Amino acid sequence: MPFQSTVGDYQTVATLETFGFLPPMSQDEIYDQIAYIIAQGWSPVIEHVHPSGSMQSYWSYWKLPFFGEKDLNVVVNELEACHRAYPDHHVRMVGYEAYTQSQGTAFVVFQGR
Amino acid sequence: MSKKYDAGVKEYRDTYWTPDYVPLDTDLLACFKCTGQEGVPREEVAAAVAAESSTGTWSTVWSELLTDLEFYKGRCYRIEDVPGDKESFYAFIAYPLDLFEEGSITNVLTSLVGNVFGFKALRHLRLEDIRFPMAFIKTCGGPPNGIVVERDRLNKYGRPLLGCTIKPKLGLSGKNYGRVVYECLRGGLDLTKDDENINSQPFQRWRERFEFVAEAVKLAQQETGEVKGHYLNCTATTPEEMYERAEFAKELDMPIIMHDYITGGFTANTGLANWCRKNGMLLHIHRAMHAVIDRHPKHGIHFRVLAKCLRLSGGDQLHTGTVVGKLEGDRQTTLGYIDNLRESFVPEDRTRGNFFDQDWGSMPGVFAVASGGIHVWHMPALLAIFGDDSCLQFGGGTHGHPWGSAAGAAANRVALEACVKARNAGREIEKESRDILMEAAKHSPELAIALETWKEIKFEFDTVDKLDVQ
Repeated sequence: MPFQSTVGDYQTVATLETFGFLPPMSQDEIYDQIAYIIAQGWSPVIEHVHPSGSMQSYWSYWKLPFFGEKDLNVVVNELEACHRAYPDHHVRMVGYEAYTQSQGTAFVVFQGR
Repeated sequence: MSKKYDAGVKEYRDTYWTPDYVPLDTDLLACFKCTGQEGVPREEVAAAVAAESSTGTWSTVWSELLTDLEFYKGRCYRIEDVPGDKESFYAFIAYPLDLFEEGSITNVLTSLVGNVFGFKALRHLRLEDIRFPMAFIKTCGGPPNGIVVERDRLNKYGRPLLGCTIKPKLGLSGKNYGRVVYECLRGGLDLTKDDENINSQPFQRWRERFEFVAEAVKLAQQETGEVKGHYLNCTATTPEEMYERAEFAKELDMPIIMHDYITGGFTANTGLANWCRKNGMLLHIHRAMHAVIDRHPKHGIHFRVLAKCLRLSGGDQLHTGTVVGKLEGDRQTTLGYIDNLRESFVPEDRTRGNFFDQDWGSMPGVFAVASGGIHVWHMPALLAIFGDDSCLQFGGGTHGHPWGSAAGAAANRVALEACVKARNAGREIEKESRDILMEAAKHSPELAIALETWKEIKFEFDTVDKLDVQ
């Protein structure tokens, strides 16, 4: 993009934390991020919530955390199943790290309306 | 067996140079870089440092026979060459645990870097490192919350925190200042910061600032749907005023406050950290005055010691330099002390400047804050150096954006997330930095303009204080 000398109007956007400022990821890009979670040894967790509750600490689990799951396809299928079951909910992928008891990462994959 | 009193002056090394001593797990160990006056033997210099920083004085005194000085004295147990430096040497000194009040960093420093630094037989003296024994660490409160709790409170995972200092740092009214906070936060920053110079000056009293900033934080949070914060600087004239400001920040429901731990002092800092722990408040720590103490390679205190002291005294974030920005800091040395802020065990590693194994036990970790002369082009290197458990702060790199602070904030947020995404996908972010940023800029006019604005700015000066390696 060429340098613009005119001042633009920056509009505030509502975002959903990590990766909220990037354009929606392609399927391959989502796979890469899930593969990273698995490679770090974190447990994949899928969570969903109605957009009105997005700032709550607790979103609903989809099933249980997928402890010990190493198969990328299993996680992807579960993500899609969650999205089908709750098409109007935000769905996020979390990597849960047992050692620190923190989330290694968390990002929204499907945005609800 | 009791001894006889023998008045007079003995050589320090007769008492305080003990090369056969094996340090105890409970000893506090210190490494000093010593440069003696010409003609004074190394052992005598090293023993003098051990003596003057523990039980000794220049003359034998009768009253020392009332106690067992063998139990209380510091001992120099090892002397080492400094690589590439003939006039200086390292002295390793062991101090018995009972020399120090429980949990008091103030007391440790008063002993170790007290009178001894003015001692005439020394030309220079530098405290390079301290190994704190677990028995002492367990008496310290440490970070009021730590990295894990801070992430949970702020709901930030899988990436560094993104912040900036409000500029101009002095002279804005409370309301104008709050406006700048609002612009940064609505643009995508997680946190903004009071400049360290901002306390409660005539142009902007603290209460005025706190109220407008609180409104800005809440508004940005509402509009963006993300958790936001601003480090409200509680550094004040007296401890009473410091606590008053902290209480008011809590009343306003703010998540984080700030303190300047060296100018404010360790006693004030430890007190405020305790207050924060009790009141569920995060604590950001600035380090004004550190370079006066830590920059000279032969005199003063190395920052790794000041960083360890802060982790024990208490703070959830500490400024560490940027390696790449406008302020001094060598990469390996910086990695050495950010390990000591964040990890639970740090092994001795001279290539990182760590002289001892340091076990932190269950003490929570401190976020490393990189701030000072950094902009979007530095993002890949900053992420590679500091990792996720850091807070990256772009002051000029946010407010200097041609469209203003909100757009500058958005540019930094896009750049940060693009780098994290690329790293997770297995790309080498430092090597591919240009491609990663240019790709991200295709979707963000704010980033494209930021990249254009700061493309020529570099701070390439040689580091003054280097690691002692050949």
